[in-house]
Amino acid sequence: MYNGFAIVAGLVIFFAMLTAPFALGTMTKQYKEPELKLPKNEKECIESTEFMRTEHMQLLNEWRDWALRDGKRTYINHKGKEFTISLQNTCMKCHASKADFCDKCHNDAGVSPYCWDCHVQPEGLK
Amino acid sequence: MKNSRRTFIKLAGIAAAGLAVAPKKALASEGHAPVKPNSTAIHAEHWAMVIDTTKLHTAEAIDKLAGVCHHIHNVPHIEGKQEVKWLWHDTYAHTFPEQENPHLAEEVHERVFPLLCNHCENPPCVRVCPTKATFQRPDGIVAMDYHRCIGCRYCMAGCPYGSRSFNWGEPRLGLDLEKLNPEFPTRMRGVVEKCNFCVERLAVGKEPACVEASEGAMHFGDLKDPDSEVRKVLREKFTIRRKPSAGTEPSVYYII
Repeated sequence: MYNGFAIVAGLVIFFAMLTAPFALGTMTKQYKEPELKLPKNEKECIESTEFMRTEHMQLLNEWRDWALRDGKRTYINHKGKEFTISLQNTCMKCHASKADFCDKCHNDAGVSPYCWDCHVQPEGLK
Repeated sequence: MKNSRRTFIKLAGIAAAGLAVAPKKALASEGHAPVKPNSTAIHAEHWAMVIDTTKLHTAEAIDKLAGVCHHIHNVPHIEGKQEVKWLWHDTYAHTFPEQENPHLAEEVHERVFPLLCNHCENPPCVRVCPTKATFQRPDGIVAMDYHRCIGCRYCMAGCPYGSRSFNWGEPRLGLDLEKLNPEFPTRMRGVVEKCNFCVERLAVGKEPACVEASEGAMHFGDLKDPDSEVRKVLREKFTIRRKPSAGTEPSVYYII
């Protein structure tokens, strides 16, 4: 093989760089979900925690259309309990802190939903 | 069993038939959306408003109602051409340009008139909106879905009454953030906004805020119900609507 040393060395460096993120990742800390501040008085959300964790964006989209476009402002959850459809007046009355509840995960996941361009957060606006 | 072309095609046919049926079954099991209207909501076939301008015709009185409306809906206060307004007042000539005559009773001519979105039966703004952000509800209210508004302002061009305002800048800069109504959202920059006939109040069984604050100078009710308050007033008093030639059939009537 011509230039064997250079080729092998190059390949070694190439694979080292390719796998570096994985190697560094296993050496450093494990990813931890951010700890959310849950409401003090309420134990149960409108749906199960798993559902809310994965589906709250779809649910909010549906809520938006139901309330605004269909004029249906009462939501009946899987257990038959009724809730008023409102981000500001239902969700954020329990989760009284946007910074502690919404932002922690959203910052962690690198998403910035534009809900708060219009909706008023429970802390009020500065 | 030996795999022949014939058996493969048979199996493929069965699989295709199964695929055609399965999604429908999956959909059918989900059922209807788990929502319903609020139990306290008030309903009508077609909401309408009658404004008694013999009782309500001063700028101060109308501005007071506008203040109530603008406060509960977090409407920003901006001076000049970029103003945002849901409820405002104007002169006779501007309110009823087609119904003016040179010998009109002076008293009527000098009044100022409360103006708001007319919630037309045939709303041009809905027709021209390319995203369906402006839409007409089954109860006649012309509503806005600010989530969908792309700020093209076709609705402003379409509205013959100038009932819509565009948020040229950040609307929150025009609000007193200490006195915000935390129950109602604000708007963002680049959307059109307008009076919503207080749909959020109707949903909890309350009349529109201006009607409530008007001390009897405004009437609100179902236009399609012959026994409703608005129909009673319309039967007894002479009323006119704005710009009849535009053919939009406003749901806001003025007692002169």
